[in-house]
Amino acid sequence: MLVSDTDTPTASVPPRDGRFDVAAARRRCLELRHRILDLSRNLAAMHIAPAFSCLEMVDAIYFGLMRRDRNGASSDTFILSKGHGCMAQYAVLERLGVLSSEDLELNCKPEGRLGGHPDYGTPGIEASTGSLGHGLAIGLGMAYADKLKREDRRVFVLVGDGEMQEGSVWEALMMAANLGLDNLVCLLDLNDFQGLGRTSETHPHFYPIVDKIAAFGWEVASVDGHDAGALVDAFQSRRGGVPFFVVGRTIKGRGVAFMENVPIWHYRSPDAEEYRIAKAGLREVGSGGGTAPGGGS
Amino acid sequence: MRNSFADTFHELGQRDPRLCIVVADISPAGSIQKFRDAFPERFVNTGVAEQVMIGMTAGMAMRGLRPFAYTIATFALYRPFEMVRNDLAYQNLPVTIVGIGGGVAYSVLGGTHHAQEDVAIACGIPNLSVISPCDPLEVEAATRHCAVQTGGPIYMRLGKAGEPVLTRDAPDPFLFGKLRFLRRVPGAETCILAHGGIMRLAQQAADALAERGEPASLVSVHTLKPLDSAGLRAILASYRRVVVIEETSCQNGLGPMVKRIAWDMDADTRLHHFALRDEFTHVHGSHADVLASHGLTLENILAALDQRPAAGRRGRGAP
Repeated sequence: MLVSDTDTPTASVPPRDGRFDVAAARRRCLELRHRILDLSRNLAAMHIAPAFSCLEMVDAIYFGLMRRDRNGASSDTFILSKGHGCMAQYAVLERLGVLSSEDLELNCKPEGRLGGHPDYGTPGIEASTGSLGHGLAIGLGMAYADKLKREDRRVFVLVGDGEMQEGSVWEALMMAANLGLDNLVCLLDLNDFQGLGRTSETHPHFYPIVDKIAAFGWEVASVDGHDAGALVDAFQSRRGGVPFFVVGRTIKGRGVAFMENVPIWHYRSPDAEEYRIAKAGLREVGSGGGTAPGGGS
Repeated sequence: MRNSFADTFHELGQRDPRLCIVVADISPAGSIQKFRDAFPERFVNTGVAEQVMIGMTAGMAMRGLRPFAYTIATFALYRPFEMVRNDLAYQNLPVTIVGIGGGVAYSVLGGTHHAQEDVAIACGIPNLSVISPCDPLEVEAATRHCAVQTGGPIYMRLGKAGEPVLTRDAPDPFLFGKLRFLRRVPGAETCILAHGGIMRLAQQAADALAERGEPASLVSVHTLKPLDSAGLRAILASYRRVVVIEETSCQNGLGPMVKRIAWDMDADTRLHHFALRDEFTHVHGSHADVLASHGLTLENILAALDQRPAAGRRGRGAP
């Protein structure tokens, strides 16, 4: 993908020296939260809370983990397997100039090209997701093809914790380690919520997740998923040689106090008064990851 | 058929480094083992895990490779159905799904291994093409097509092993998307349409009709999607009686598709459809035994045709 400075003058490119600017990431994510809240005014229902839980992770992937050339192009790939969090991805792609502000304004409108889930063929979108449990296997195929072709590319896949209940995810987890795909990185948005409640209450034996993934042959790190710097540090300090898994402990709806850990905000847009309160209360987020039991620390 | 696929894939794979095969714990037939030995990185075995088998072929195709997924038809299509639909068809990627044992070819293994609904299911998915070759030579031609095409995903339905060669002297070549006369009899009133391994039975029916002085043309409708509608309309317009014989559920498949075309064109043709019943069989035996449990025998077909001679559906006699 290409960053076009002409499309969006404010497009931001990671520092050339490879260091990740944590303070800039916090400012950026605050602006992205404002942008997503503003866009929610266009739609009666939008997945806000799932986007806010993974926002720092998506930001860190694009601005800290994916390598870019001097033109902003990257041969690394990101797949948002929990496709319902796509507002985080759309907002970042707008920031990078890959999507236009009009694209985001027309989200879910017939005259636009963006929908409620990422759609393959849209600029910046590498796979169609929305049905859960598909992204990791697709990313695995890409990573395997890159190995076959001796190409130095990395594939990042972000999955949700509810999504991890799909058996297909575990098929892909097993296979990635069997194939030795050290160019594949899976990030888990461990926000402890899914459709029918807290995962730690409805599916307590989902945990301990770190131990499970490690037992499947992955190198695993667990970090505060709202601390983008910690995410980047974890990646850069990995041992390597095997696929890498990052558990990001997060809070669903992070950043808007009345949305945090409240299930109804999985798929709802705020009304005028809620919007005003949400906007007034937005502050920089740089920590405060969730504390789901067994998420590791 | 599977050996023909393996030989052809091995030959093509030596020249085209993009060709890969992903299997789900199915022992590779014939030359696939040679391919595996020569190109171990381009042979992937996901184990008993069909969802990742299909899903990873999507990612491989996105990177420019030409992957084939290969396992028993039921496991290739039913278990990972949503990966076939979303990952391959919705994203329209050039991946070939090879399903072995289409129909009831795994005759002693029971209903869990019978692919009766696969044609209906595959034809129902937008973007997914469906090929059902009738003999080892058609398998070879179809495999060559799949290896180079860029039009999207293909489900290729194969039999097992040991099917006879039926198309060596066919007047028409194999062309994707075009039906193919295997036997074109000028002046014949009957045309038999079939696809897949049951073509052998269709050929026997054509032979039997010829022996009693009612010669019939014989056609392989190897590409079930996109269907050669123009070719079928021409047949429906030219023959007083059209007979469809197929090893798929009677609920769907080629027969209902031909009937739909015949209705739309107001064809004056008597139509017969011989297919698997909308039932699970619990008969275990030879392939012929299981087909017979669905009523698919030469005797039944000929008896049914005797009762309804070629006359056109409005009852007019032959001109």
